[in-house]
Amino acid sequence: MKGAAVSADRYSLFALLRQGLKGHTGWRPAWREPEPRPHYDVVIIGGGGHGLATAYYLAKEHGVTRVAVLEKGWLGGGNSGRNTQIVRSNYLYPESAAFYELSLKLYEGLSKDLNFNVMLSQQGIVTLAHSRHDLDAVARWANAMIVNGIDAEILNRDQVRDLLPAMSWGPDARYPVLGGFIQRRAGMARHDAVAWGFARAADRSGVDIIQNCEVTGFRIENGRVTGVDTSRGFIGAGKVGLAVAGHSGVLAGMAGFRLPITSYALQAMVSEPVKPVLDTVVLSPSTGVYVSQSPKGEVVVGGALDLFPSYAQRGSFRTTEDVVAGFCEMFPGLRRLRMMRQWAGITDVVHDSSPIIGPAPVAGMYLNCGWGTGGFKAIPAGGFTFAHLLATGRPHPLTEAFGLDRFTTGRMIDEAAAAGIAH
Amino acid sequence: MMQIPCPWCGPRDEAEFVCGGQSHIARPPLESSDAEWGRYLFERDNPKGLHYERWLHRMGCQQWFNVARDTVTHEIKAVYRMTDPKPEVAE
Repeated sequence: MKGAAVSADRYSLFALLRQGLKGHTGWRPAWREPEPRPHYDVVIIGGGGHGLATAYYLAKEHGVTRVAVLEKGWLGGGNSGRNTQIVRSNYLYPESAAFYELSLKLYEGLSKDLNFNVMLSQQGIVTLAHSRHDLDAVARWANAMIVNGIDAEILNRDQVRDLLPAMSWGPDARYPVLGGFIQRRAGMARHDAVAWGFARAADRSGVDIIQNCEVTGFRIENGRVTGVDTSRGFIGAGKVGLAVAGHSGVLAGMAGFRLPITSYALQAMVSEPVKPVLDTVVLSPSTGVYVSQSPKGEVVVGGALDLFPSYAQRGSFRTTEDVVAGFCEMFPGLRRLRMMRQWAGITDVVHDSSPIIGPAPVAGMYLNCGWGTGGFKAIPAGGFTFAHLLATGRPHPLTEAFGLDRFTTGRMIDEAAAAGIAH
Repeated sequence: MMQIPCPWCGPRDEAEFVCGGQSHIARPPLESSDAEWGRYLFERDNPKGLHYERWLHRMGCQQWFNVARDTVTHEIKAVYRMTDPKPEVAE
């Protein structure tokens, strides 16, 4: 495909019909495969959702187009293709609420903005309460959201039952459901499409997306980064942005500093496809299990982290067993589903479960990391605010609280509860 | 899946253990700066490869011990007691 001209056609129903008549022979690559240039104004390391979104918003919002996105493998082959594609903004604190709400709002307009269907499905996310204490926690959580101006609705047992009839509702339920709350605007989006949509739109703006290009070191002169050594040679850079999730610590090590991050494997699995059985995403904080059904009909199940440092993208059977056990108790009718695939992504977990978006200890280097188990929902706002930081050198107002300095001042934004995963 | 050789109980299933994170972190003096204290509390080596870490045999003897483990292959290279110095281990 190398060297083939990229179609400037807009994707539309008309284009689809026209291609249908031509036997779909006219589709052309959605992005170029350029050779790296010797120097860029901005080099973004990591061709996942965050890196590609950053490149897109750099061009769109700031007119910065001498930009390269370096990806060691293929686009969206890391955590962007490994998450459970849930989008939501149900966080506790004002800083997080404002940030994740921007992300959800950008998601709501993303298909149109990118001219790429990201298959956003705002089917809602239900957080369950299994005990009196859970009911209190759910009320606090939903009220915090409402105070922050975000939609949330507390549900009683019957309302949850109407939404999720497939759950275990009998008197012998191992995890009886007493209530919960719903964010109706939450839901899911197709994760590959988000990465591809941003890649295509960034490429159109002149951004070079360079795959199979692994960063092996940094050139740092007088405390300022001047470029990166890669498996495809040296690439000079005015500024360098790191958007590599679980591998942030590895790259920080190459640049000579450490981060307040530990990398853990987070696993998920999908079943064989079945007819529609789940209308919403459902999360049980007690079991740590969350379940949704993809548009293809696969039941997607995720759970807690494998709680030891790991860079192995597979996950431990011990955690798989816990997740499956919780799932089977919640949905006894789905016990006999066969799991088709199980995998893990390497998440960059920070003590307060909030991201790090800000300058790195090396001049000219900037960080977009610390997303832990929830980076996918943050892709549009992460890219939007990181682009602002790279273009202007100053944090976007929405991310001023998310800098590295909070680990010195102690001003944490502890979202461990709302991160939704047992840490 | 790992089998972890507890120094007191012998090899047992990973599910019996809890990882306590990076080992050999020295507490800085109390008069150290906020920056130094923050680094002590939060910054970690987080290597891709050989990692020296603490484990607790929670469902067994309840004893803490140190493990040198590869974070990619999960291979355990050495097991040693809490007060032992960091052993030399080939990566």
